[in-house]
Amino acid sequence: MRTDLAVIGAGPAGLAAALAASARGVRVTLLDAATQPGGQFYRQPGAGLGAARPEALHHGWRTWERLRDGLAASAVRVLTDHHVWCVERTPDGFTVHALLGPEQEEPVEVHARAVLLATGGYEQVLPFPGWTLPGVVSAGGAQAMLKGGLVVPGRRAVVAGTGPLLLPVATGLAAAGVEVAALVESTAPLRLARQAPALAGKLAEGVGHAAGLLRHRVPVLTRHTVVRAHGEDRLTGVTVAALDADGHVRPGTERHLPCDTLAAGHGMLPHTDLAESLGCRLDGLAVDVDTEQRTDVPGVWAAGEATGIGGAALSLAEGHIAGCSATAHLHGTARGPAPAALKARTALRRSAAALDSAYALPAYWSEQLTDDTVVCRCEEVTAGSVREALDLGAGDERTVKLLTRAGMGWCQGRMCSTAVAGLAGCAPTPAKRPFARPVPLGVLARHHPQEGLS
Amino acid sequence: MSESLTCDVVVVGAGVVGAATALYTARAGLDTVVVDRGPVAGGTTGAGEGNLLVSDKEPGPELELALLSARLWAALAREGLGEAVEYEAKGGVVVAGTDRALAGLEKLAAEQRAAGVEAAPVPPDRLTDLEPYLTPGLAGGMHYPQDAQVMPALAAAHLLRASKAGVLTGREVTEVLRGPDGAVRGVRTGRGDLYAPAVVNAAGTWGGEVAARAGVSLPVLPRRGFVLVTEPLPPRIRHKVYAADYVADVASDSAALQTSPVVEGTPAGPVLIGASRERVGFDRSLSLPAVRALAAGATGLFPFLAGVRAMRTYAGFRPYLPDHLPAIGPDPRVPGLFHACGHEGAGIGLATGTGRLIAQALTGHTPDLDLGPFRPDRFTRFTEEAV
Amino acid sequence: MNPLELAGARPGPAFTVTFDGRPVDALPGQTVAAVLWAAGVTSWRDTRRGGRPRGVFCGIGVCFDCLVILNGRPNQRACLVPARPGDEIGTQEGTGHGRTRTPDGTGDGSTEEARHAD
Repeated sequence: MRTDLAVIGAGPAGLAAALAASARGVRVTLLDAATQPGGQFYRQPGAGLGAARPEALHHGWRTWERLRDGLAASAVRVLTDHHVWCVERTPDGFTVHALLGPEQEEPVEVHARAVLLATGGYEQVLPFPGWTLPGVVSAGGAQAMLKGGLVVPGRRAVVAGTGPLLLPVATGLAAAGVEVAALVESTAPLRLARQAPALAGKLAEGVGHAAGLLRHRVPVLTRHTVVRAHGEDRLTGVTVAALDADGHVRPGTERHLPCDTLAAGHGMLPHTDLAESLGCRLDGLAVDVDTEQRTDVPGVWAAGEATGIGGAALSLAEGHIAGCSATAHLHGTARGPAPAALKARTALRRSAAALDSAYALPAYWSEQLTDDTVVCRCEEVTAGSVREALDLGAGDERTVKLLTRAGMGWCQGRMCSTAVAGLAGCAPTPAKRPFARPVPLGVLARHHPQEGLS
Repeated sequence: MSESLTCDVVVVGAGVVGAATALYTARAGLDTVVVDRGPVAGGTTGAGEGNLLVSDKEPGPELELALLSARLWAALAREGLGEAVEYEAKGGVVVAGTDRALAGLEKLAAEQRAAGVEAAPVPPDRLTDLEPYLTPGLAGGMHYPQDAQVMPALAAAHLLRASKAGVLTGREVTEVLRGPDGAVRGVRTGRGDLYAPAVVNAAGTWGGEVAARAGVSLPVLPRRGFVLVTEPLPPRIRHKVYAADYVADVASDSAALQTSPVVEGTPAGPVLIGASRERVGFDRSLSLPAVRALAAGATGLFPFLAGVRAMRTYAGFRPYLPDHLPAIGPDPRVPGLFHACGHEGAGIGLATGTGRLIAQALTGHTPDLDLGPFRPDRFTRFTEEAV
Repeated sequence: MNPLELAGARPGPAFTVTFDGRPVDALPGQTVAAVLWAAGVTSWRDTRRGGRPRGVFCGIGVCFDCLVILNGRPNQRACLVPARPGDEIGTQEGTGHGRTRTPDGTGDGSTEEARHAD
């Protein structure tokens, strides 16, 4: 299958990019792993569930309707259920390698002249004792299961960690009938207040969520943290405690909250695997782009959370700008991006930076990790083993991984990288994952996969 | 912060060769310090599979070194290091797909036997006794019980710990210090000098650079190799299994991509699939043709692997010298300078023998093997001509 | 209010799948993980080292904690795969390439591949 522009990821950034380029006459193919477009932010209930009011689970529904209707009216070829595992540079462009459907056993190739990476992000969860118990889920995971499957994991939940995602998760669970025992946020309210001017755009949304918390009588504990999750084979409760001004747990403030669900999250991380194996330069943990959302690899654009965590509105602006720039490249010339998008991007990046500094990770989170706390969930590597590896001479994330297998399992370190780096006392570095998802050896061994179907 | 230290020997490189060298020099009573610009096992060691192979070597100096090393690894395992370094005396199985390949394999095995290698022919109908999941229809194979395996990074870390040598990581050697007579005085690092009358270059792929910092040339070049790692599996593949043409690839001088599968299970669960060989400089970017060829080779040997997922792949650089033999021993051009590098894809296996030979040379004992073929200055004429 | 009411859902006809041999009701449009959650099941994997129970964690296909045996195939991500009528869902033990559980918990079932194992 051939196309001019392959857009990878059908969340806000990818949708905006695909629509902008398609409206300007580019042949666009939009690939996404999910069964429907929307990404994590606009995740929809499965069609068979017949949801008459999906907007009850969402913010910014109008925007989604515009995107959805725009996509239906456009010439964009949408390939859902396409799990992209690698983008390869070829002499005349790029080959996007994907695996089809939930089975992910059949390969498909899409050949494109240009590629736009809108791969989004995933949630970061710092470890704490008990975090591997069933009933402990990531905050985004609880939200995804609610939005997509219309299910909740239990009757009584605690939502904990740090970051702007916790508010909608708490109000969403409460609206869906879960008793939310507490929203536990490690950041102090003062830190948020200090960033208020830059957060003007986010304020209305925040006020909406705050009203939701009041309506559902959700107790909010700021400058608190979960120090332990309890249970044998299933979560039965959590211990929360207050943090002092430096971020240490204040002794004597621990209290037990019975619950069967803990939704925990500590911010988001960008998906950069495809960009990394294409050779794109990264800036910290995100793909580095210029003002037109171009990466440093000719023919490759990136937009949205992959280029830095900033939320759906910023992703839409970046996607639009990237789609316009890619069009200009493919056609030689094109209508530039909407000035509103450029203006919005500037303002939204400022508020993203403000949020980022307001919701800093609790400084001493690793103090809670007992030696038997699992850090790498896949390989069941404990904090004690990581500490032993440090004692053996490892001083960085990679050596810890080599000596302990932390990060070598199914998720390839996506869940534990921040924690391992933190225990090693260094900043997290982007991992090299040439395969963005596991690939059957039989697929790799096949030299001439079928040409893609649409 | 700068500090200076004095010791008997500085080993440059905290990979498995440097670690084994430190172990044997320290055991010989020498006050040893290991220095590396990166972490422990940060270079080729960390990208290796941990092959301790005698089966893939033709009779000659490298095979003798491999046999010596195999004995030393087994001895270290018996001392109690075995579990820590995941030592497995699992043996190797080399298979031949055709009668012609089998004839070549049998001829090689006969020569190896004469050199002290145990090699037992396996008729085609007995191959599945050794490896139940092997593809049917092979012409035959050879069982090499002396082949073994370790986990390379753990091996380097635990040999270093056992050596009780000083270990300074994150320190790059910027210069090999030499006295007025030209003899080694130590090394200069970004954070202070280390004084010692002897310096061992165990810098692997970067051994040429370290040699240059001592003022001599050593033409170590990188040969890129990819390894595929599968999802965790129950023990299915019991030996190191590879096709007979691997030996020819190892010995090849070609710069082009060569792949012949080497397949093995690990105690942790994943199956490792090596080993492509390409001369492309220090380019680490993914080569789909290389990993596709590895996958095709592995699924050819073990058809069940077609349904098994590869979780990751990574590249490493095997340090090689033009004649595919390592440089081991004193450098006659610089008194006090020793080399222990250029082991190509066999450094994990050859580390123990190399370390022992260096320790013997440093303490004036007769080395267990003739160091002649490994002389570090053997390329002097070659490189001068090349320049 | 429950999530279905909240979203005004009028699902298609429910169907039956099995979990470790027990029948479980499922709604069209739900993933295997959603079906199990709705049935009050939160773990369907035992880890390969510690034998500890796991279920959904990230919910979006990134963490691989929710691996399950689906119709004899191990290592399927329950949070991604839609449930289909008649699906046989099984607790995954360890690598998933070994024995599977049966309703009485004795585990005489086996995955497709394991039947050839030694």
